[in-house]
Amino acid sequence: MGEIINVEHLAYTYPGVDDTPGVAVFKDLNLRVDAGSFVAVLGGNGCGKSTLAKHFNSILLPCGGKVWVSGMDTSDENKLIAIRRSVGMVFQNPDNQIVANVVEEDVAFGPENLGISSAEIRRRVDHALKQVGMSKYAKHAPHLLSGGQKQRIAIAGIIAMEPKCIVLDEPTAMLDPRGRREVMETVTKLNREKGITIVLITHHMDEAAQAQRVVVMHRGEIAADGKPEEVFSQVELLHRLGLAAPESVELCYELNREGFDLPLDRLNEKECAKALFEAIQK
Amino acid sequence: MLKDITLGQYFPGNSVVHRLDPRTKLILLVVYIVALFLAVNWVSYAVMAAFLIIAIKVSTIPPKSIVRGMKPLVMILIFTAVLNLFFTAGEGEPLVDFWIFTVYADGLKRAVLMVIRILLLISGTFLLTYTTSPISLTDGLESLMNPLKAIKVPVHELSMMMCIALRFIPTLIEETDKIMAAQKARGADFESGNLMDKARALVPILVPLFISAFRRADELATAMECRCYQGGEGRTKMKLLRYNLWDFEAFGIGAVLLGLIIVLRTFGL
Repeated sequence: MGEIINVEHLAYTYPGVDDTPGVAVFKDLNLRVDAGSFVAVLGGNGCGKSTLAKHFNSILLPCGGKVWVSGMDTSDENKLIAIRRSVGMVFQNPDNQIVANVVEEDVAFGPENLGISSAEIRRRVDHALKQVGMSKYAKHAPHLLSGGQKQRIAIAGIIAMEPKCIVLDEPTAMLDPRGRREVMETVTKLNREKGITIVLITHHMDEAAQAQRVVVMHRGEIAADGKPEEVFSQVELLHRLGLAAPESVELCYELNREGFDLPLDRLNEKECAKALFEAIQK
Repeated sequence: MLKDITLGQYFPGNSVVHRLDPRTKLILLVVYIVALFLAVNWVSYAVMAAFLIIAIKVSTIPPKSIVRGMKPLVMILIFTAVLNLFFTAGEGEPLVDFWIFTVYADGLKRAVLMVIRILLLISGTFLLTYTTSPISLTDGLESLMNPLKAIKVPVHELSMMMCIALRFIPTLIEETDKIMAAQKARGADFESGNLMDKARALVPILVPLFISAFRRADELATAMECRCYQGGEGRTKMKLLRYNLWDFEAFGIGAVLLGLIIVLRTFGL
């Protein structure tokens, strides 16, 4: 399987205002994302996760190094539209990314920009709304929907452009638990059934645990990278970076400090309960 | 309190008026307004009123909602009526001659006709906004103004701006409510004091509202760029505007109305 995003020696500094010096975010960052994978990016505030995401579709351009999307250089202006077609982006606040005041018109916004024929746009819009389970809200006004529904509309707007990869920048940060679940279900479904590469930037450990790979960032560098079980079992490292492991791992970790010998790779309640049960039986 | 703003209110429906192409409705509204200003006397006004009433009937819009929309205009109506009533110099004997007020028969007639004209004008416009969704209205405007592109009018940008403005009205109203609640919680007082005090009390609402609107605009611009927005060039539409049979019928009715009013005008009716 080839890679869809390849970040090579990325350096980026936010330009300073007036005479103040800029803020260096990355000095030398390397990251590859395989096509069809589901990668979660974790990290504390200001670690550069959102800045990194904005490099994936040419919203920000590297100050040094290169970012490649399907073999296209993001700093090549001629490739701009092709890059944004293949990497779609969903942001934190659903209100600020919905353009039109009818759901289906908003989903159509992306394909309309691509200059596709009306019949094809219609087909894509209906298909995208179906995939996020919002077909019956097609004629609704977005401001009357719940946060989770709005975020699913935003995702539909991206799917309608038929991207190979979707980058989600803390899509659940403003949602209630139900909205979070709706969004996460939609995202995992898209990855599994459509083979769309997902890069999920998040603060929630339990969301990251659903990914195939977890990348932990700290001060513009990659602090840990691997399968969720591998990354989350490094509880001390996570604590040092101001993060926490999923609650089930934290529980096992605390119990181990009290003398138990529990595995630290149990990422959900069921497996954790099983491990506890086995430990007690011994 | 801010929830009852009826700006651009739309009543979904499936009447002939709803199904007309937005361009047809916009053109008809212009024809209607021209006819209204050509109307000179009772008969013409009666024709215009009859046309409007039939149109409202066909549209299945509850007449009550049109009356409700008139409420904020009562002051303007009274003002117009009073001005016309007292400041029209007429011939013959004044009807009333009291202190500095003199009312002539002509003035009374003008006042009544003027009020009817404004009422007809406003309800005609309401009929358009009530039966046309904001988005198809914007589409219609964009399509009608398309020829202006030749003289470098940024038609697409204007309609995009209008569309986004309409989209963000409810969002910003909600935000205003939130900011007001937050300022009230910190002891801000919006109710008491004279007009100056009240105006000054609005500053702590407007400043955060503007800052947040700018931040929203910034995020929206990024999101639009992510969705490949590059202006109107090469953009297609999901819903294409198409004239149907009933659109041509409507144009016919509009032409007859305008013709009738012009004929009546020549007879001074």
